[in-house]
Amino acid sequence: MAHAAPHSDSPHHPALAHHFDNLAQQQEAASLGMWVFLLTEILFFGGLFLVYTIYRAWYPDAFASASHHLDIPLGTVNTAVLIGSSLTMAMAVHAAQLNSRRGIMLFIVLTMILGGVFLGIKGVEYSHKFHEHLIPGPHFAYAEAEFFRPAQLFFSLYFIMTGLHAIHMIIGIGLMIWMLVWTYKGIIGDGYFSPVEVVGLYWHFVDIVWIFLFPLLYLIGRHATGH
Amino acid sequence: MAEHAAHSTAHVVPPKVYYVVFTTLMVLTGVTVAVAYLDLGALNAVAALAIACFKATIVVLYFMHVKYSTRLIKLTVIAGLYWLVILFGLTMNDYLMRAMGTFGQQVIQGPR
Repeated sequence: MAHAAPHSDSPHHPALAHHFDNLAQQQEAASLGMWVFLLTEILFFGGLFLVYTIYRAWYPDAFASASHHLDIPLGTVNTAVLIGSSLTMAMAVHAAQLNSRRGIMLFIVLTMILGGVFLGIKGVEYSHKFHEHLIPGPHFAYAEAEFFRPAQLFFSLYFIMTGLHAIHMIIGIGLMIWMLVWTYKGIIGDGYFSPVEVVGLYWHFVDIVWIFLFPLLYLIGRHATGH
Repeated sequence: MAEHAAHSTAHVVPPKVYYVVFTTLMVLTGVTVAVAYLDLGALNAVAALAIACFKATIVVLYFMHVKYSTRLIKLTVIAGLYWLVILFGLTMNDYLMRAMGTFGQQVIQGPR
């Protein structure tokens, strides 16, 4: 189709791969590809959420007890920080759609800062857990002896799930550095922005994972008295 | 060239929509923390999950542009959820049927 007549979509755009008719089609393919990858991510995290579900159903009291050792104020602040970073990421994509290179760079830097704040707070929380001997293993200590083993299950899941989430964020921040370089060099812009859109999809997915992790890990059995 | 590209590519969502979604997400984060302190019995978990699902849905629809995307992408997203339901449905079916009446009732023994 594209070779039949001069196309309104500037077929000679430097970023347009030869097997696409136009940038819109290329953008659609890139988003579809990213979504297919995100499906594998849904099932990857889904498996962990499934393990969580089984063990929480198995040991409800131990999970509620262990959950009380997590810091709700820090978790809430981190949720807000991550939602804020999703907003700035959405604004970066918006700026990209409007071909504003300054806007892309501004909002990507803001997103990276918020992502960094999230990881910093997470590091503080991990440090607290370390000092409280809540890392599963030989030095694990737990006041309520009857929950000694299942509480380790909870904390194993806590560290695996939040740790994998944090690794995803670090990768996301790395991708954003890449986007900054490409935008600075002018590779992104002038109607070509699918890399920013795709990185945005990834970042929002990571946000969604946290939206589920926060209530499931931090907020179990908070209404219960006695702890 | 830029103009051509701009109107041919994806729907440009006005920032106002993003601000509304952001505000909703923040309010719901507060709600989910507040609800956790109310004693709703088994409904505590249901409320937490319902709020989280709603938050995830508006992130997918607006921040991730699925509301404005093609049917192919919408179908892809639904396929992902479908496989997740299979993963949970078949596994929980096995666990709950196998341990009918005893699941979650095990006496927990600590080593000390």
